[in-house]
Amino acid sequence: MSAMLLNKEKWPDFVGKLTGKQLWAPQIKDEQLRFAPVAEGEEPALDYKNTRVPPKNVVFPQTETLFRFQVDGEEVDEPKLDEEVVLLGVRPCDARSMVIVDKLFSWDYDDPYYARRRELVTMVGLACSEPGLNCFCPSVGGGPASTEGLDLLMVDLGENYLLEAITEKGEALINETKELLEETRDANLEQKEKVINEAAQKIKRSIDPEGIPVGLPGLWEDSLWQRVSASCLGCGTCTFLCPTCHCFDIQDETEGFESRRCRTWDSCMFEEYTLHTSGHNPRPSRLERTRNRINHKYNYYVDKFDVIACVGCGRCINLCPVNIDIVEILKQVKEAL
Amino acid sequence: MKTNENPYIPYNATVEDTWFETGGERAIKTFKVVLEDDEARQNWNHRPGQCAMIGVLGVGESMISISCSPTEGDFLRFSVMRMGKVTQALHQLEAGDKMTVRGPYGNSFPLEEWKGKQILTIGGGIGQAPMRPIVEYVKANYDQYGGLTMIYGARTSGDLCFKNEFEEMRKNEELSCHLTIDVEEEGWDLNVGFVPSMLMDLNPSPENTIAITCGPPIMIRFVLENLKKLGFEDDQIYTTLENRMKCGIGKCGRCNAGGMYVCKDGPVFDYATLKAIPEAFA
Repeated sequence: MSAMLLNKEKWPDFVGKLTGKQLWAPQIKDEQLRFAPVAEGEEPALDYKNTRVPPKNVVFPQTETLFRFQVDGEEVDEPKLDEEVVLLGVRPCDARSMVIVDKLFSWDYDDPYYARRRELVTMVGLACSEPGLNCFCPSVGGGPASTEGLDLLMVDLGENYLLEAITEKGEALINETKELLEETRDANLEQKEKVINEAAQKIKRSIDPEGIPVGLPGLWEDSLWQRVSASCLGCGTCTFLCPTCHCFDIQDETEGFESRRCRTWDSCMFEEYTLHTSGHNPRPSRLERTRNRINHKYNYYVDKFDVIACVGCGRCINLCPVNIDIVEILKQVKEAL
Repeated sequence: MKTNENPYIPYNATVEDTWFETGGERAIKTFKVVLEDDEARQNWNHRPGQCAMIGVLGVGESMISISCSPTEGDFLRFSVMRMGKVTQALHQLEAGDKMTVRGPYGNSFPLEEWKGKQILTIGGGIGQAPMRPIVEYVKANYDQYGGLTMIYGARTSGDLCFKNEFEEMRKNEELSCHLTIDVEEEGWDLNVGFVPSMLMDLNPSPENTIAITCGPPIMIRFVLENLKKLGFEDDQIYTTLENRMKCGIGKCGRCNAGGMYVCKDGPVFDYATLKAIPEAFA
């Protein structure tokens, strides 16, 4: 796999080359930084820590049509998914999250929508030089320049971006833009190491997950769940903005004579999520729901798929309206073990 | 189990026959349905204990246990209690109408493993629906099993499902079939009392026996307690769980009891497994 340099002066040309495809990059939309399609002539800036909304919606849209049908009809139409997308500026944690979620969406039954969108996406990552306040990716198997899930990794070297192809898709992207790129020198690779090491040093938060997956079942009745869930409002922000959260609801919608069955993001923090029709709810309060969220990420998922379903992006900490902090919860778990 | 086809697209099925098992606000109606597509029908091959997502296009789907045994023929049966939006819509369906079916989903009762054993089913209310395929399967392969005992109870005689079938079975001397209702009723000359007490009265031997129970949570709890008193080991006791479900294939997330997805890892669990799941009886 090759590594090339892109001088930042050529950034607009580089982006211009890519906008021929469906290009998604971080942009301010609805007052938040999120991944959105880049129109021709637009130039995404890469000076951000991370987007508020993770790019999971590109492979797992917030609302997605499963199929359409006519009212009183029997035939269903599946959507055609054939548009290739380049995701530009993905942080390594978010790319890793997709590799983690892949395991669930291919568990015995392939989810055809997710699988197809994953095939169609090319992931261009951007290594972190300035991690956020609540980043803790190295604690859960990631890092500021982790390449897991990426096709191409970009590292900001000041005047240049270093472009490293990780997969064939990434290699193809380098070939397509070759006229804009320069050969790397040894000094660039040393520079990269320096940038990454400095970034890793700047990560202040951490948790040692050792013992948590096996220890959580024994803490089922522990008083810590009362403490850590007491202030929870049940707003669901932690799960909606979590790059590894993948739960969904399925609903039928009808407008005129046209109907569709669609799925939308759902959250285990909502009461209705598990509510039985009889009125019985196996997870009746926010205590049970918080306990389930932590157990799902740090115990159940590890049991089933051998990986923690948390990439340490810190979004759930940054954006919780009542400052519930997963690193703090995990610390309390460790203490109670 | 891996399928290349889109597991979210349901099969179309025709309702061949329907009848009410019980009346009242939460009536239970049984649907006998046939998948329209020949290939789908031939490949269906469900096992007792499995479930299917049935529904009405434009309304939605519900996970319902398949209440017939594959030994009965190329059709499916579902007994549905009228509870919410989807089951209300299903209850509107009559013979000739269409419904959608996806599945079969989940694990099943290990009936192969149970060959040579005495089978004891203990059902309460709508909980008899997943017991019925076991009963029918064992009846159809009777020479391979050590015998069949059924205990089934409901609040009143009007709340008992599959009554006509039980009348038939009670005449069969090979089967041991016991019905009970919670409170005395005019014209009822069978047992009166709760299912768990009837189990104690019958005092079945745990020797070479498998007990399977399904019913309201409170009944299951006392049945499990009593089975233990009778000397049943954890791996001789089975039950089947239900939870809210949307996808049926282990993706949508909500049906988990502890680390187990009821739709995929279940719905059938032996008591040894169940005891280790903290939320199993939540």
